Amino acid sequence: MLESLSNSLQSALNRLRGKGRLTEADVQEAMREIRLALLAADVNVKVVRDFVNRVRERAVGQDLQKSLTPGQQVVKIVYEELTELMGGAQARIQMAPKPPTVVMLVGLQGAGKTTAIAKLGLAFRQHQHRPLLVAADVYRPAAIDQLKVLGKQIDIPVFDQGADANPVAIAKASLAEAEKAGADIVLIDTAGRLHIDDQLMEELEGMKAAVQPTEILLVVDAMTGQDAVHVAETFHQRLGVTGVILTKLDGDARGGAALTVRAVTGCPIKYVGLGEKIEPLEPFHPDRLASRILGMGDVLSLIERAQERIDLEKAKEMEVRMRTSSFTLNDFQEMFRQVRNLGPLDQVLKMIPGMNRMKGLENIDLNDRRFLRMDAIISSMTPAEREDPSVMNASRRRRIANGSGTTVREVNQLLNQFEQTREMMKRFTGMGKRMSRRSAMSALKAMGGLGGMPGLKDMPSLADMPSNSVAGSGGEPRQRQHRKKKRK
Amino acid sequence: MGLFERFRKGLQKSRNALADKLASIFRGRKLDESLFEEMEEAFIAADMGVETALELVDRVRVAARKRRIENADDLPDVMVDVMRDMLDIGSSDMNLQSEGPTLVLVVGVNGAGKTTTIGKLAHYYQAQGKKVLLAAGDTFRAAAIEQLLAWGNRVGVDVVRHSQGADPAAVVYDAIAAGKARGIDIIICDTAGRLQNKSHLMAELAKIRKVAAKEMPGSPHEVLLVLDGTTGQNGLMQAKVFKEVVDVTGIVITKLDGTAKGGIVLPIVHEQGIPVKWIGLGEGVEDLQPFDATAYAEAVCRP
Repeated sequence: MLESLSNSLQSALNRLRGKGRLTEADVQEAMREIRLALLAADVNVKVVRDFVNRVRERAVGQDLQKSLTPGQQVVKIVYEELTELMGGAQARIQMAPKPPTVVMLVGLQGAGKTTAIAKLGLAFRQHQHRPLLVAADVYRPAAIDQLKVLGKQIDIPVFDQGADANPVAIAKASLAEAEKAGADIVLIDTAGRLHIDDQLMEELEGMKAAVQPTEILLVVDAMTGQDAVHVAETFHQRLGVTGVILTKLDGDARGGAALTVRAVTGCPIKYVGLGEKIEPLEPFHPDRLASRILGMGDVLSLIERAQERIDLEKAKEMEVRMRTSSFTLNDFQEMFRQVRNLGPLDQVLKMIPGMNRMKGLENIDLNDRRFLRMDAIISSMTPAEREDPSVMNASRRRRIANGSGTTVREVNQLLNQFEQTREMMKRFTGMGKRMSRRSAMSALKAMGGLGGMPGLKDMPSLADMPSNSVAGSGGEPRQRQHRKKKRK
Repeated sequence: MGLFERFRKGLQKSRNALADKLASIFRGRKLDESLFEEMEEAFIAADMGVETALELVDRVRVAARKRRIENADDLPDVMVDVMRDMLDIGSSDMNLQSEGPTLVLVVGVNGAGKTTTIGKLAHYYQAQGKKVLLAAGDTFRAAAIEQLLAWGNRVGVDVVRHSQGADPAAVVYDAIAAGKARGIDIIICDTAGRLQNKSHLMAELAKIRKVAAKEMPGSPHEVLLVLDGTTGQNGLMQAKVFKEVVDVTGIVITKLDGTAKGGIVLPIVHEQGIPVKWIGLGEGVEDLQPFDATAYAEAVCRP
């Protein structure tokens, strides 16, 4: 299901790719696909409608970023809007100015409150707090036992007054108990209830008034469908929910409920539950869930990374140097650094859709350590050597090898590669008049490992890259280059 | 209170939400494309999923044309028939054995309402004069056994149990032996909640089934998948995977007394061909009812 959805999104966006400008019709088509994908991920109908409208407005006729094709731009907008919809940055739990901090967990039956509370307790203890769990679910058979067993398992005290006590009274009494036991965080487990059950909702309101909680967290099952909107609305209206815990995210549900809840209540999702094993709850990262909901996060993070980490100014500067053939080892080093900024090479390659289907990829040595070594070698050179490698003699080479912890052979290899690259630059600049600025730029990109970004069509240049200009292992592509050179 | 009224009452909120929405769409309008589009959105908002909603709307459109309906106010009749046809894929009756115990295995994801459903099922059959035995097969979750015991006490039936962490297949084995020895009519086995993408847990379920089949050929006679009525499109995956692993024979849909409409049953019935057998309409022991496609369709579609 996930694959088919992400594929349908990709194919919709593929149609946009290569277009210089997006027309209303192009966007319309893509928006339809996005709408379907979101609905299938259980995002609420209304939320989807608003969302799609916003994306459409931003996407049509806007000033496109040069580095991205319009298709990618739409993906990026969708991604940004999704992240925004889910709360942007990560949200933390508020602490009371004067302990104890009281946290109430509320939600429907079977959402996972009791399990979540144990995990939350564990998360707090990890940060040197002393939590007290309070068993105020007096309705479900054995709910109190469940919390007691869990508390014992993780060695966190549990306060209960049996199943005959009044939940509000239990909550109230727990505060005194917390003071006595020196607990600084009180986590209250409440019974699951339907949001339309007036009587039980009143009970929660009573509890809220009695204990003045710092946080009221709504526990929501990640598998919840369209109804999440009603649940969230009502709980928020009556109690003023301050945050959300999304549970059972370890399933294959796409978690659209999260989007809905956040959009409806404006409350951030603070934690996510992954599995029934009692481990600390994980803080929530909106961007990661955005990726998950779209089922295509990797392309996005690649785009983001490229945007964040490739310094356009520097790239332009380098282009100028190349064109004027003043390309030095300093620039060479800068080139590697920019590529490495994108992350481990094999990871970067895997982020590109379709890359796993490329033949021969597994044969290419994607060892990042090469980059590290080359960086070290260049760093061991004197400024003069970097500006003009021709001064290099045997003694200098030995010194550099010692300095960088490599061998003379490796230093030679690097110098050869640099020579080759510069040779190539010269060729480009030599043909300067015949070659457009654009193709020179794309050559730089190809060498910088960015060639694959715009899409599959540029893929071969990327695949060639490691064995050609980086690895210098004398593979086939390199020989081909020699032949070209001779022909010239 | 008759079955029909109970359905209507229990589904009140579902009814209000979907039927009122539809009624407000239909009021005084002629049939046109925008009307059908709004209908589609209402169905999607009821968790039916895009494909099923489209198909439902298509079928209604065709049926309306056939019956020469022009006013939207007459559409609910058509919708009830169409929805019933889509839901009616065979008997919703339980496959009860005349000789020897009937083994009912209850499965589902975490928090769907398995244990509660079992309590209610036990009450239902107990009230019919059957001898019921429960097996505490959820040996994983903290206090799940105690929860089933509490239900056993409340309803007045015995519970076969091991300690927490025991092999659930062994519990089922013992329950079958006990059931045969005590002349029990129906054995209902609880299982731990599991998400369908956890393959090792699904394998455990397959083992339970295998052990049961070996001890009592032909069993389990019923495998009921309990589905939370608020579940969205993931319910389809749940039905698919559980069907593959333990050959689910029927669906129990719970928590329909909220605002959720349980629309996910439509694609499940339609695509997976598993009939809905029970429907949970509230927290009382009486609130689990045998499913009736007509009553459900009526309650959902008619304002």
